[in-house]
Amino acid sequence: MTLTREQVAQRIAQELEDGFYVNLGIGLPTLVANYIPPGIDILLHSENGLLGIGPWPVEGEEDPDLINAGKETVTAVKGASFFDSATSFGMIRGGHIDFAVLGAMEVSAQGDLANWMIPGKMVKGMGGAMDLAIGAKRVFVAMEHATKDGSPKILERCSLPLTGRKCVHHIVSDLAYIDVTPGGLLLREVAPGVTPEQVQKLTQPRLRISPELREMRF
Amino acid sequence: MNKVVASADAAVADIPDGATIMSGGFGLCGNPENLIAALAKKGVKNLTLISNNCGTNDFGLGVLLKARQVRKMVASYVGENKEFERQLLGGEIEVELNPQGTLAERIRAAGCGLGGFFTPTGVGTQIAEGKETRNIEGKDYLFEKPLHADFAIVRAWKADRLGNCVFRETARNFSPLMAMAAKTTIVECEQLVEVGDIDPDQIHTPSIFVQRVLKGPRYEKWIEKRTVRKRA
Repeated sequence: MTLTREQVAQRIAQELEDGFYVNLGIGLPTLVANYIPPGIDILLHSENGLLGIGPWPVEGEEDPDLINAGKETVTAVKGASFFDSATSFGMIRGGHIDFAVLGAMEVSAQGDLANWMIPGKMVKGMGGAMDLAIGAKRVFVAMEHATKDGSPKILERCSLPLTGRKCVHHIVSDLAYIDVTPGGLLLREVAPGVTPEQVQKLTQPRLRISPELREMRF
Repeated sequence: MNKVVASADAAVADIPDGATIMSGGFGLCGNPENLIAALAKKGVKNLTLISNNCGTNDFGLGVLLKARQVRKMVASYVGENKEFERQLLGGEIEVELNPQGTLAERIRAAGCGLGGFFTPTGVGTQIAEGKETRNIEGKDYLFEKPLHADFAIVRAWKADRLGNCVFRETARNFSPLMAMAAKTTIVECEQLVEVGDIDPDQIHTPSIFVQRVLKGPRYEKWIEKRTVRKRA
């Protein structure tokens, strides 16, 4: 059974620790906020200048001055702060963000990340992704393990232009939880009912299997 | 000292064709609405715009784009704008994409009189092509130059007649940095107050960075993505 987008987010959320400052990318990564484990207190960073993102506002209370990096109206939690863009990226590049979750089009065995452009297609820009990729202490990638026609997206080398070099620490896909280690990719967990062989078949680099390999639990 | 100008038209009267203009805002949040409208009305052409995004088809900097007033856009993300896409693919507009943190820091560097800085962002990527990469204390960094402008247009929540500014929530974003980096900074504000009314401890942009202050005649305050939850 492959994981749903929500389950990928849920699995990543299990890695959150109390007191973490966290940046969630646009799209699937944002869903991680819905699964913060009970008793864990974190502050969510938004690169447009907010530390302490709260839930969407109640209908009628939207504030045009208060948005997240996805340009959605949000609220600010108690203890939040606002700041300019240089300070915001100081938080990111300066290594103050504990945990970041990004989407990916490709990841390499060395942890290179490609997620911002496809040659020949309209290039919209990297936004804050290049800074987040290299700046956060721990970078999680949330991605589909392979393309729809079964081609691997986890590769020896990325074929697409890079967002960051050797920057990904962990990959959570619809099939597996993989660590990027100096010795290569380490398969830690598989989705319920998925075998390591199935994961390997859809992964280009050879996977090392963790001695503690287990099925994901939710 | 009184930097207040009578109208948006007067505020932008000396902005010539070919000017390089920084505009505060993140998406449609924190946009200098009245000054953008005045630039559209004035019809200045061949502008180089520096802003995180380029507005949407019908709002923000998008109106200048639509009227073909923009020659070059310096930004970090230019999605959500079909007209921009059309002009880019048709070779009618030039775009320079910067990682968002690099864009912010290049603007800050210009405002602070720095000749550039070394950043780890973009090392080993396309962004690094043609730029110096240097290993400093065991880590690779990329050299990035400052980004200057002739004019900055920004929106403050509150400003006094000297140009001291307070921004509100995430409408602050690039605005304080841009105010520092341009030769001439024009602030439009939602509330114009008397000198002394703002607690000096609460000022985000000190008056030295501001040359003109306009009380914005009206604000629409666009919302790009209205996301809400139901009242419980």
